[in-house]
Amino acid sequence: MTREILFAGFGGQGILFCGKVAAYAGLVSGLEVSWLPSYGPEMRGGTANCHVILSDKPVGSPIVNNPTDLVVMNLPSFDKFEKTVAKGGNIIIDSSLIGKKSEREDINVHYIPATQMANDMGLGKLANMIMLGKMISVTKIISFEQVKKGIEKSVPPSKKDLIESNIRAFEAGYNY
Amino acid sequence: MDKVLMKGNEAIAEAAIRANCRHFFGYPITPQTEISAYMAKRMPKIGGTFLQAESEIAAINMVYGAAGAGVRAMTSSSSPGISLKMEGLSYIAGADLPCVVVNIVRAGPGLGGIQPAQSDYFQAVKGGGHGDYRVIVVAPASIQEAVDSTINAFDLADKYRMPVMIIGDGMLGQMMEPITFPETAGKALAEKEWATTGTKMTRKPNIINSLYIQPEELEKIIMARQKKYEDIEKSEVKYEAEGLDDAEIVIVAYGTTARIVKAAMALAQKSGIKTGLIRPITLWPFPKDIIYKTAKKAKAIISVEMSTGQMVEDVRLAANGACPVYFYGRTGGAVPQPKAIFEEIRRYA
Repeated sequence: MTREILFAGFGGQGILFCGKVAAYAGLVSGLEVSWLPSYGPEMRGGTANCHVILSDKPVGSPIVNNPTDLVVMNLPSFDKFEKTVAKGGNIIIDSSLIGKKSEREDINVHYIPATQMANDMGLGKLANMIMLGKMISVTKIISFEQVKKGIEKSVPPSKKDLIESNIRAFEAGYNY
Repeated sequence: MDKVLMKGNEAIAEAAIRANCRHFFGYPITPQTEISAYMAKRMPKIGGTFLQAESEIAAINMVYGAAGAGVRAMTSSSSPGISLKMEGLSYIAGADLPCVVVNIVRAGPGLGGIQPAQSDYFQAVKGGGHGDYRVIVVAPASIQEAVDSTINAFDLADKYRMPVMIIGDGMLGQMMEPITFPETAGKALAEKEWATTGTKMTRKPNIINSLYIQPEELEKIIMARQKKYEDIEKSEVKYEAEGLDDAEIVIVAYGTTARIVKAAMALAQKSGIKTGLIRPITLWPFPKDIIYKTAKKAKAIISVEMSTGQMVEDVRLAANGACPVYFYGRTGGAVPQPKAIFEEIRRYA
């Protein structure tokens, strides 16, 4: 089993953090993992993405060219990466930010109004965790409990109070 | 011990601290800035020195001074900054001092770009600075290997009294992988009798110097160093080999490029082409014996690099005409794709 996941969106949406939670959840599940961010002149409002590989074998190339799973939170990233998704793969689309529908018929497309849900729940910046929840419930790569541990390990010690809200957001996406 | 996820840059910094490095001098540059940032945070808490110098040149000369005083010292930078350090590196080599230099390579020449590259190979292994000198160059391909190599780099530097360079690229510096740190606490370091630590009126002064006006005197010193380099070429070569026994096409690649090559090799295997990989872990000393041995059996060797073809020159020298040696590379910060490497494999199979 190897999942090659691409998280993509705007800087400031927590794209890299979302990938880090997935990587840590994979690690606590006993999988081999890698996490590779786009880096460079990115800034809040610019595009950001990260490549996460979860596998039961050692990870070779950490670069995801053809994701098995694309978690996408803005239109430029959707336009750029939709065509790269591997046949039979999944796209999780934040439908409150991306109005377009996917026209591909050889992949599974899941729409979830994550940003709207986060606002409604008073979880302002946590649409990323809602997206992750949906991705995990669709792919079942890792169990709910292990993602919880992944969140606990990813949140820095100075922000421990945010663990609970991250888990709540994840749960909302998971059950959507 | 529990595995932790860490960025390559931070892992290298933590590994250096665990190797008892307490003196770090740096200057920020993408994509290695996290090394400096990590050192800035940690060093004051453990009684170490973190100093952001006014320039890369100042930083390497601070390393020169600290190394002369016998402490484990380190600096890190990325390509343009490493170019600036070359004068200091030559002096450190000429004064037979141990230190560790990290180059998280970005695209060049000039300011180039900030994406991954391997176009500093020549600079790293062929001198870079002036004079007859060598630097041990280690090119890890994973974060765990970066940790282990960094710790080992300090031991090698002390053992041979010379600079050791860890060479990675932006991908290695920025990515996270699970790692464990080997147990290093309490490991005693050998006394450095040559260090300029103050005579306390009990011994003759030690002198750190690279200036020798008399040719005969300088030649003798250089030749003694040369002998040391020969010993290193005999005993410190490190490489990873895979599938060499029955490979038609053998790829030589180092660092993160070797990982992408492995994805290409999986594609070749599906098409029934037998491939092998030689991944130099030390770029100097270069694993020339295994390359020559392999060249005598293989149909062709391909050197795959993120450059316009630098290591390929050493691969050709090592193969010594025993089989054709081809090159494939991307440069300027572009990363080779497994499919493109596979096409090259198919072309020569």
